Amino acid sequence: MLHLLLFLFFGVICVAGAINLLAQSHPINSALSLIVVMASLAAEYLLLGAEFVAAVQVIVYAGAIMVLFIFVIMLLNAGTEEHTKGSRVAIIFGVPGVLIGAVLVAWTLLYRSNTSQVAIGAMPGGPYVIAQLLFRRFLLPFEITSVLILIAIMGAVVLTSRPDAVAKRHDTETPEPLPELVGAGKEH
Amino acid sequence: METIPLSYYLVLSGILFVCGVLGFLIKRNIITIFMSIELMLNGVNLSFVAFAAQWHSLSGQIFVFFVMVVAAAEAAVGLAIIIAVYRTRETLNVDQVNLLKL
Repeated sequence: MLHLLLFLFFGVICVAGAINLLAQSHPINSALSLIVVMASLAAEYLLLGAEFVAAVQVIVYAGAIMVLFIFVIMLLNAGTEEHTKGSRVAIIFGVPGVLIGAVLVAWTLLYRSNTSQVAIGAMPGGPYVIAQLLFRRFLLPFEITSVLILIAIMGAVVLTSRPDAVAKRHDTETPEPLPELVGAGKEH
Repeated sequence: METIPLSYYLVLSGILFVCGVLGFLIKRNIITIFMSIELMLNGVNLSFVAFAAQWHSLSGQIFVFFVMVVAAAEAAVGLAIIIAVYRTRETLNVDQVNLLKL
């Protein structure tokens, strides 16, 4: 009973945050509701016993990535979203289609799949066991992700550097004497 | 010990993924579209952890880490692209960003 109550509590918060993300028109409100979704997902991970994943979810996702998002929203001074007219075909066919698909998937998962029962904290998911796997069996993928991160950092720097700033930097590599300096040299 | 069916977690993950797809399709702000992608990744992460609990294998949780790494890299590059687009277009509305090259 306790497990079900906790699951439903955080699940309802999670879905409400996700729907609020869609309903809000200002991106900063969407970002804040996405943080709510991620925090309640961390609670769901805790219910499944994945303690370390829950901690990383809060630190990396709700912390670092969302700070990056909010930083960009405020940097670009993003205003309220302009609504464009939705197509009628999407409303007539898309909404019932999505509903039918969701009900089918939920029905299949609930009644036609032999998934097991889980108790609170059924899995060992502490830092020790995760580290044993990550630094032994998955060591090579772990090292490759560091290369990926490095490439992503370089890509971000290249993409955000202004073209005129790059041109200016090239100019200073082959410096031409400034007129004032030339004049100052003649006085000596 | 109280138990609940694992499929509840999978249904929650499916609902989150569908919300992400809907946001990707109906939102017009490029940053909100990007946040919908993060929502989809979160839904997938929940199903990874749930299946890890079903099969009693921690590999699912390791995969969640790799998804998070890819999401972080994607967020860095994607937000850089958004800044570059905003610099040339002066808008964040995807309807007005209809050419790759200005």
